[in-house]
Amino acid sequence: MTKTAIAIRSRLAALLLACMCVATAMVVANPARAEVQVNINRADLKPLPIAIPAFGGQQGAEIAQVVQANLQRSGLFLPLDPASFIEKDLNAAVQPRFADWKTINAQALVNGQVTIEGGRIRVDFRLWDVFQEQQLLGLQFTSSPENWRRVAHKISDAVYERLTGEKGYFDTRVVFVAESGARGAVTKRLAIMDQDGANPSYLTGGDSIVMTPRFSPTSQEITYMALKPDSATVYLFNLQSGRRESLGTFPGMAFAPRFSPDGGRVIFSVERAGNSDLFVMNLSSRSSSRLTSDPGIDTSGSFSPDGTKIAFNSDRSGSPHIYVMGADGSAPRRISNGGGRYTTPVWSPTGEYIAFTKQEGGQFHIGVMKPDGTDERLLTSSYLDEGPTWAPNGRVLMFSRETPGGAPKLWSVDVTGRILQPMPYPGAGSDPAWSPLLN
Amino acid sequence: MLPSLSSRSLARLALVGVATVSLAACAKKEPLPTKLPPQTQAPQQTPQTPMPQNTGPIGQQSTAPVPGSAQDFIVNVGDRVYFDTDSHDVRADAEPILSGQAGWLRRYPSVRVRIEGNADERGTREYNLALGARRANAVRDFLVAQGITSDRISTISFGKEQPLDAGTGEEAWQKNRNGHTAIVSGAR
Repeated sequence: MTKTAIAIRSRLAALLLACMCVATAMVVANPARAEVQVNINRADLKPLPIAIPAFGGQQGAEIAQVVQANLQRSGLFLPLDPASFIEKDLNAAVQPRFADWKTINAQALVNGQVTIEGGRIRVDFRLWDVFQEQQLLGLQFTSSPENWRRVAHKISDAVYERLTGEKGYFDTRVVFVAESGARGAVTKRLAIMDQDGANPSYLTGGDSIVMTPRFSPTSQEITYMALKPDSATVYLFNLQSGRRESLGTFPGMAFAPRFSPDGGRVIFSVERAGNSDLFVMNLSSRSSSRLTSDPGIDTSGSFSPDGTKIAFNSDRSGSPHIYVMGADGSAPRRISNGGGRYTTPVWSPTGEYIAFTKQEGGQFHIGVMKPDGTDERLLTSSYLDEGPTWAPNGRVLMFSRETPGGAPKLWSVDVTGRILQPMPYPGAGSDPAWSPLLN
Repeated sequence: MLPSLSSRSLARLALVGVATVSLAACAKKEPLPTKLPPQTQAPQQTPQTPMPQNTGPIGQQSTAPVPGSAQDFIVNVGDRVYFDTDSHDVRADAEPILSGQAGWLRRYPSVRVRIEGNADERGTREYNLALGARRANAVRDFLVAQGITSDRISTISFGKEQPLDAGTGEEAWQKNRNGHTAIVSGAR
């Protein structure tokens, strides 16, 4: 095992150990021939058969399982059954027997080796193009041993990116509202977990009704709203220090907060005498300015990723629709034009789409449209789907789904609407918010 | 028609009277600038009727609520009015209830209330919070128009977070689209 590790290390051109998780690209093939790849925009996409045998070394099997599960859930990959593998006990320092992998029609192969050294975990892995018989990627991650799942997520992201050409979204977390208790007497607690449902933990007790948590762009801070019988307050919650502070006291309810893309501001709604308008607060000066002042409900503000525009929800035209205006509140324009009720606009991280909830004909839908209102597509349909949040690469949306009389569960759907599935979190949850990629 | 008082209720009323009298006595030792609370009238109203004779089984039921109590407000006035889907207009069937609330609040001027706006589950969380706030304020505006000063009334919206009826279907949703007038302080 040590020999293997040394061999791999000797073959790695450069080795960076400064960060908690360090990735070093070793060999990136640049073939003239068509190499294996996933075209994620094809409507008739067939998942790519990929073999991910257990990595060598301590926790090598668990790491391979996490990578398998991530890639499978993306809907773009078909991890093959390890029972079908012909070549066993791969040595990560030796070229695989490609013929064995071609026989089971694995298009890609991921193998790796785990080494514990000086209290650190080091994972070397390689991604192979089986039919071109070449290495596509060779990376090494080093971290503290308890971070092994994050290492597995980073491997998943690297494989995803190499084969799809887009950034992955696996080394991310989800903050959400964990619900417990009978309907009508639900206890709501802020909770956080890895995007694959692992490591869930509560952030707040159940003393107030918490809702709409959202990450700051650094993933270190959350803004959310807490409702008590006599107050509705927006909070900032620092995940590292555990420190919580109120955004301030306002004449009425404060709700629906969301960070600006630079993290320096929070947009939120303030209700006064029954009318809800959008405000934005500069977090360093703590001064807030008003963005809307019409008698309609204005809420669910969401900045464009370049920070120049704001999508929001308003019923100024009589029923709730999606609007876009300048970041200073200028030139509001309605962009949703279909029938039904449009709410919860959320700008995608790439800027390409605005996701929303649509209610029509007794059903709820998660949908997307271009920021100019064109190309509206409904991705889901159920008794109650609500509150989309984007994976950082803009490919997947998470939301909450309720069956009649049931507790809400977290679900995800890809932006084409083909890959719809419950999240691997067994409990009841609502209001999910996806973090950016972690560092 | 008021239900007849049972023996246990009478005993309870008597105890309340004793407690109130003793509190009043304490208060006399340290003169307070405020006038005596209206509770001191309660002992005068305590019936001094003898305990019923043992002439057979005694029916027992809840007594009528103490006038001016939160229970009185809920039972005899009505603490909740209902709204149409997506609407915050005070309906015709809500007006007599809200007029009754205003009358009751005029009679008991130390009472402060909180109007809680509620929405059904057929909407998204943030919009429904805003919708509930509109409903709460529609109730508040009605009471203010009937002479209740606005400093006695606070409002909040629970959106769809606190459904009265945990069921699904129009019957449950109708119950959950409401404005609830909760007594915060000042009631007996």
